[in-house]
Amino acid sequence: MRAWLPTILRGLLLLVLIAFLVTPGSFEPLLRPLVQPNAPAIYNQGSLLALTLLHLRTVFIATLVATVIAVLLAILVTRSFGAEFLQLSRSLVNIGQTFPPVAVLALAVPAVGFGEKPTLIALFLYGLLPIFENTLTGLTNLPRSVMEAARGAGMTDFQRLLQIELPLSLPVIVAGIRLSMVISLSTATIGSTVAAKTLGEVIIAGLQSNNLAFILQGGLIVGALAVLIYDGLSAAEAMLTRRAGST
Amino acid sequence: MIEIEAVTKLYDDVAVVDNVSMVIEPRTVTVVVGTSGSGKTTLLRMINRLVEPSSGAIRLDGEDNRSIPGHELRRRIGYAIQGHGLFPHRTVAENIATVPGLLGWEKSRIAAKVEELLTLFQLDPKMFGSRYPHELSGGQQQRVGVARALAAEPNVLLMDEPFGALDPIIRAKAQDDLLAIQKHFGTTIVLVTHDMDEAFYLADKIAVMDKGRVLQYGPPAELVRAPAAPFVETLIGDAERPFRLLSAAKIGAAVEPGEADGEPIGEDGTQQEALADLLWSGRKALPVVSASGAPMGRVTLDALLKCAARPQ
Repeated sequence: MRAWLPTILRGLLLLVLIAFLVTPGSFEPLLRPLVQPNAPAIYNQGSLLALTLLHLRTVFIATLVATVIAVLLAILVTRSFGAEFLQLSRSLVNIGQTFPPVAVLALAVPAVGFGEKPTLIALFLYGLLPIFENTLTGLTNLPRSVMEAARGAGMTDFQRLLQIELPLSLPVIVAGIRLSMVISLSTATIGSTVAAKTLGEVIIAGLQSNNLAFILQGGLIVGALAVLIYDGLSAAEAMLTRRAGST
Repeated sequence: MIEIEAVTKLYDDVAVVDNVSMVIEPRTVTVVVGTSGSGKTTLLRMINRLVEPSSGAIRLDGEDNRSIPGHELRRRIGYAIQGHGLFPHRTVAENIATVPGLLGWEKSRIAAKVEELLTLFQLDPKMFGSRYPHELSGGQQQRVGVARALAAEPNVLLMDEPFGALDPIIRAKAQDDLLAIQKHFGTTIVLVTHDMDEAFYLADKIAVMDKGRVLQYGPPAELVRAPAAPFVETLIGDAERPFRLLSAAKIGAAVEPGEADGEPIGEDGTQQEALADLLWSGRKALPVVSASGAPMGRVTLDALLKCAARPQ
């Protein structure tokens, strides 16, 4: 009974989130006490559902590109011919993480203009590090005897990578993607300062008109998305760990 | 046949394997013994080119092992290691199918081979084929590791301390199984170990290595009778010498005509086993039977004591 509780709570959260996005009006009585009379209690400058989907799209694209680049980079620097690029890659990826996304936005706008593009660049740079470091950890901490057996069986370098190294590292890589994605979900809100269509719009609108209900609904949707995606990827990771064998 | 010719491996100008030459006869078990750091594992790994020699050559059945790419060479040579190295994300059947899969065998042929090997190693294919390595006991994992090494029917099987991680009872069983398998397939086995009991039990020939050199290479009894270096003597152990001689010889070699009472003993056991039996039961002689159960004569305490004495 106890073990089911978290699952039930997550299911409820998902249902409430969907209900709110599809019929925000039905939640108006809940949010009404938070606003001054005459002010709207539900975001009225666009569809919350559309903004949520655009927010997710931005995050997915940025995470996908970050995953591809970070994993490829980690594979490169763990091969014998790429080992000398390890320090360089680490530094680059670290700079991506250290550089504040807001600063990236400020620098990117003059180059690529307003909208989704600068946001994607900022999220991509910000998301590289966890995926890169986790992939690196995964690929360099494989059991020695397994790697030795794979070589001894006559696998080529490429076969070893595809059939042994990546499948065994997958749980750790997914953990990196999970971290990166959750960070991106929250960071994407600042994209709205440069006119990207994200849930940040709702929060910014609330701040500008001193509307607590707007701020709260923008923040809560992002929070709920983060919790659900984090849990979903955690479950995927646990499944992959089981499949990769617990020895 | 494996011909190792003047092979040297240098790491930072230090010879880990130093000018080693030896010929390993086909269908025999050769055990390389030595302390850790003696270069025995490096020597083994140069046969399938997991390590490339600095100089010298290794020929397999007359063919230089550098005449084909390393990964293709390794698909032809079985390789089993300590701690089995099974792929944890693949089932037992998939693990065994590794090399046949790399060689592009047909599915039906692979499936038949997997089933044959599992049965041979006393693992029910239906029950174990779909299990993952972590669901097996240590002894079962080790058997699957050897089965995987034999899957593509290699002529040569290299083993690096394959039984090192097993407890003594399972290890004895695994050693017996290995000898049975070797007879069954006629595989040439080169096995590396630091366990002298294991070496004397398994080997047709033993190579003793120290500091990268082979000090002596010959049948087990020869090592006891005429150790070529003080190190070989130390390794065998003065107190162990008579027992090593007995453990390296079969009962069949000490049989004499005659009768004896009591439980018979098989002719293919070691003379050490016969002596133990005699001492324990307090008898002077044991009846000996052939593998098929036919009486062959007897083995006496006196005969065994002669076998164990220093050769003149």
